[in-house]
This record gives sequence, structure tokens and C-alpha cells, in this order.
Amino acid sequence: MEERKGRYGAYGGQYIPETLIPAVQELEQEYEKYKNDPAFQQELKDLMEKYAGRPSLLYYAEKMTKDLGGAKIYLKREDLNHTGSHKINNVLGQVLLAKKMGKTRVIAETGAGQHGVATATAAALMGLECEIFMGKEDTDRQALNCYRMELLGAKVHPVTSGTMTLKDAVNETMREWVSRMDDTLYVLGSVMGPHPFPMIVRDFQKVIGEEIKQQLMEAEGKLPDAVIACVGGGSNAMGAFYEFIPDTSVRLIGCEAAGLGVDNPKNAATITNGSVGIFHGMKSIFCQDEYGQIAPVYSISAGLDYPGIGPEHANLNETGRAQYVPVTDQEAVEAFEYLSRTEGIIPAIESAHAVAYARKIAPEFGKDQIIVVNISGRGDKDVAAIARYRGVEIFD
Amino acid sequence: MSRIKSAFENKKALIAFVTGGDPDLETTEALIPQIAEAGADLIEIGIPFSDPIAEGIVIQEADERALKAQTTTDKLFDMVKRVREKVEIPLVFMTYINPVYTYGTERFIKKCAECGIDGVIIPDVPFEERGEVLDICEAQGVALISMIAPTSKERIHMIAREAKGFLYCVSSLGVTGVRSKITTNIKEMVDQVKAVSDIPCAIGFGISTPVQAKEMAAVADGAIVGSAIVKIIAQHGKNCIKPVCAYVKEIKAAVATV
Repeated sequence: MEERKGRYGAYGGQYIPETLIPAVQELEQEYEKYKNDPAFQQELKDLMEKYAGRPSLLYYAEKMTKDLGGAKIYLKREDLNHTGSHKINNVLGQVLLAKKMGKTRVIAETGAGQHGVATATAAALMGLECEIFMGKEDTDRQALNCYRMELLGAKVHPVTSGTMTLKDAVNETMREWVSRMDDTLYVLGSVMGPHPFPMIVRDFQKVIGEEIKQQLMEAEGKLPDAVIACVGGGSNAMGAFYEFIPDTSVRLIGCEAAGLGVDNPKNAATITNGSVGIFHGMKSIFCQDEYGQIAPVYSISAGLDYPGIGPEHANLNETGRAQYVPVTDQEAVEAFEYLSRTEGIIPAIESAHAVAYARKIAPEFGKDQIIVVNISGRGDKDVAAIARYRGVEIFD
Repeated sequence: MSRIKSAFENKKALIAFVTGGDPDLETTEALIPQIAEAGADLIEIGIPFSDPIAEGIVIQEADERALKAQTTTDKLFDMVKRVREKVEIPLVFMTYINPVYTYGTERFIKKCAECGIDGVIIPDVPFEERGEVLDICEAQGVALISMIAPTSKERIHMIAREAKGFLYCVSSLGVTGVRSKITTNIKEMVDQVKAVSDIPCAIGFGISTPVQAKEMAAVADGAIVGSAIVKIIAQHGKNCIKPVCAYVKEIKAAVATV
């Protein structure tokens, strides 16, 4: 099959209304221009180092390693970035790009609020107007993050259409963009949507894997045996995986949210339960019914509560280069508590899905083998929800 | 002559949109022949989708009502097959690519041909992605309706040259829904189309009043009325036939004076 622009095998593409095509074409052209512009790259590097705090640490989790009794566990500490997650990598790139393109306003969707907070932060820093679309379910679940965005000068629009979660927030942000493109850039939060977004977001996130490789070379003088990351749309996983795709000895494992279990309708395990479809601008894999109606999905983690997956992941799954596994709410909550107690690190409930799978497979690895787990964000935002899960009535 | 072509023959066409299955399939089945009788020259039937990103709130809510009433693509095909025996005017489906792709694109388009559907409008399949459905549509004789928008500019010639059936000209930025004013220079858009093609141009998005419909029909080959009709259906539910037809007659009268 002919490899078309913006395609990852059979996946990807640009399935959006005609009105938006000139906007994504403009974005692609401008991105290609700035991608190779040393001044832009230097400015971004400065922001990453002096503002976001990169490189993030690669931490040897000695207690966890001993406890599990198998592979050496390293944690990539994206939770230590400014704003508390990997989302800042992408937004600094995209908001800087928006500014260079002469846009004065950015809009974005958000699930848990991490991408919204990161976008509002970058917009405040660079002096752009910012509006965030967030499902009503999520504005209720993550009230603190809403206030945080407003504190940063953004306007938050609760989305009341459909299931009132992340997919509906994406719908509404697209509807807003199609109404106003001349001064506005849509800062998409994951490796999804129409081309060029999956490529741009990956490029801004691939620093995660590049740093892992370099830091591990310094610490151990070799490649990891496995890299594990959680997957909703898939931006932190793509960022962690991308550098290692040619290194076929490195197992790449994405952990998707199985909610109450893959056999229970309340899950968001796209690769496990989904089928090929075309939605949100891309051909990929989606949770949907036989008539192509997008399924309402569920996860304890608002950031993984999405019925699709980025097209490059769909292709990595199809070619077998990466493997995608389901992790339930319960396993994730246990891992959330485990990492807190064992290493003194409270991970985001999203990242806890990756920790859970690492706990499961580490004992099967040899002591000379290495697993890197991407801790994509910190768990402060989740503490109240986990308390409620455990029957303690705390509210944000 | 194809049914779509004859809809534009020697007259300005009024195109009416209804969401299939809103408020239920029985009502839609009764409504379509009546709208045709009231003067619509072509009817667009929306296949409800869970996430209609090109629609404003009015049609979003219609899709929700239709899905809640258990409307499915198969039930719509059956309904259209029965309606086709009663109406002569062209019928086109308006939906999103996912319901088509998931049904099986070839199976879907073949079914369209069998049931007497003359064309399909799929707003999230732009010119660059038309390969997803085009060959199958051509083989089955179902017109893949292209769209142009106020942002299309230099893309208009490219799209118009290959357009089939009629060209759907999006009047404004944004999503579907009633607008108090249409500010785009529609005549300029249509002139650009006509420079390269004799494809009929119908204007849609935001048209609700007889005055607007007349203005649009004056500079193009037809006017599309969607959300305004769906609003009446939302208001009257199962009893919508009379008020919808009264409205269609009013719009038709305005378009006919052009």
C-alpha cells in the first residue's frame, strides 16, 4: 500500500469538514517551516529547560525493584515537569507555534484537566487568549483543575453535549475552531485528530524517549528491555516509544484503561475491545457499536476516558511493534497506592495504569533486565477521587 | 436525466433536511412524502450519529432523539425503500463517515442504490479523502456530494471540477444552525464554481427565513433548509407534519419568486 502523507499504515488521514481543511493545511506548512528553523528550536529548548524543567529525571526505583524481585525498574519522572505532567512538552511547542503563526488565541479540549492547565499555562506565559472545553462530567470530577485554569486566565466552557466527557470536549473544540480559524489555533492534547496533529504532538513529546535512552545509557550503558506507558489518546506513550521503535529488542507496552473490566461495558480499552473506524479526523481504532455509533466509555481516570487511540498506535499494534494491554480501575488504584507507599511518589491515576502492568510483569524478567515506566503525571489531582474510591468522603 | 439533475431543471431548488428517526421513524416516514408534496425539490435525510461535529445544537439534539428512539442505519434503509415508492424527488443521505465505514462502505452504498437513495453527503470526507468512498459511489451510481466553504477559496475550482450531483455551498463558518445574517459573498463563491463547471450550487447552513432563502436562491441554484425544519419537529414531535409542511410551502413560495 502506498504510504500517504499523514498515514501510519492504514491509519491516520484528515477526515474533517472542508471548512477546516485550509486551517490544517496552514498548520502543516507553518509547522514544517518552524520544525527546521534553528531559532524556533532554540527558543523551544530554552522553554523546555528553563521553564518546564527538562530534562526530567530518570529515577532508579530501588525499593520497587527489590520488592518485585525481577527487572530493574526505572521511572521516567514526567510528573516533575512544570504543571505536573508530560502535557507541558506539547503545549509549549504548539503555543509557541501559534504565536509564530500570528494567532492571538488558542483553544483546547481537556479530560482530567492536565492538558487544559498546561495550555492555559503556556498561553499565560506567551500572552495568548485561551479557552478550554471540558466535559461537564469532568468539570465536576476535577473542579480544582477548572479553577486552576481560570486562575491562569483561561475561560473554561463546560460541555453538556453527548456523554459530557473528553470525546464531547473534542467535538466542541472542533466546532469552535470551525467557527473561528483566522486568529485561533486548536492546541490538540494528544497524538490524535486529523493530520498534522498526531505528527506534531508526537514530535513535541518524543523528547521523553530521547531522554530515557540517553539517561539509561549513562546509568546502565544499555537499552531498556521494555518501556511501559499508559494510553488514552496516547501522547505520553508515543513520546516514550518513538525513539525506541527502530530498537526492536525493546518491548513497547501501552496500558489502556479497562475500567471495571474488559467484559464489563464500563471500560475504555480501545485496542482490546474496539474496531477500525473513522472519527475525530482520523482512521483508527474506536470503541463503537455495529452501526458506528461511538460508545460511551468509562475509566476512573478522566485522562484515559476516551473511545479512540492515536493512529500511530493503531499501526504499532497492527505491525506488532507495540503491545497494548488492559488494566482495570482496581489494578490502577492499587498501583497508585503501591507507588505512593513504596517509593514516596504519588503518580497520576493515568500513569498508575502503567505502574500496575509493570508490577505484573517485572517478576517475569531477569535481574539484569530493565523496565522503564513512564510516570506521565503526578497524582495530586486524583487524591480526592481515590479517597472516594476507598469510601472516604473527601471532595476537591 | 438523473433525479438530482431534474430537481434543478428550470427552477430554483428547495432542499429540505430532516433527521431520520426524529422523533421516531414512523413520523419521518409520514413526513417525507408530505414535505415533497409541500414543494421540496430534494430531501436530505440525516442518519443520526452519536458525535455530529459539523452540526449545531438543533441537529445534535435531533440526532440524540433519533438514537434514543432506537433508529439504526438498517431501519432507515427499510424506511427509505418504502418511501421511495411514494415520492419521485431525489433523496440523499447526510451522515458522517464512521456510520458508513463501519457498516462497510461498499455494502452501505450498494444499499443506498437499492433503496433509491440518489446521493450521499458526508461532511467529514473532504476532497483529499474522497477516495474512501468515491469509486464505490461511481460504480453504484450514487452521487458523492461535494462541499465548498467560505474558506475554500482557491480550492473551489479543484472541487467544482469533480463535483457530482450538486455542490453543497456552506454559507458561513461554523456549524449548522439558524443565523440572523449570512455575511459571506455567496455570489462570488458561486461564480467561481460556474467558471469551471455547470454543477448546480445549493446554499446551506443558516438559512431559515423566506427572505434569506430567496436571497440565496437568487445567487445560486437552490437553498438548503435544515435546522429551521428540525426546530419545528423538536417543538411539535409526532404532530410536526402540518407545521413543517406549512413552513416548507412558505419557503418554497419565496424561492419560486426568484
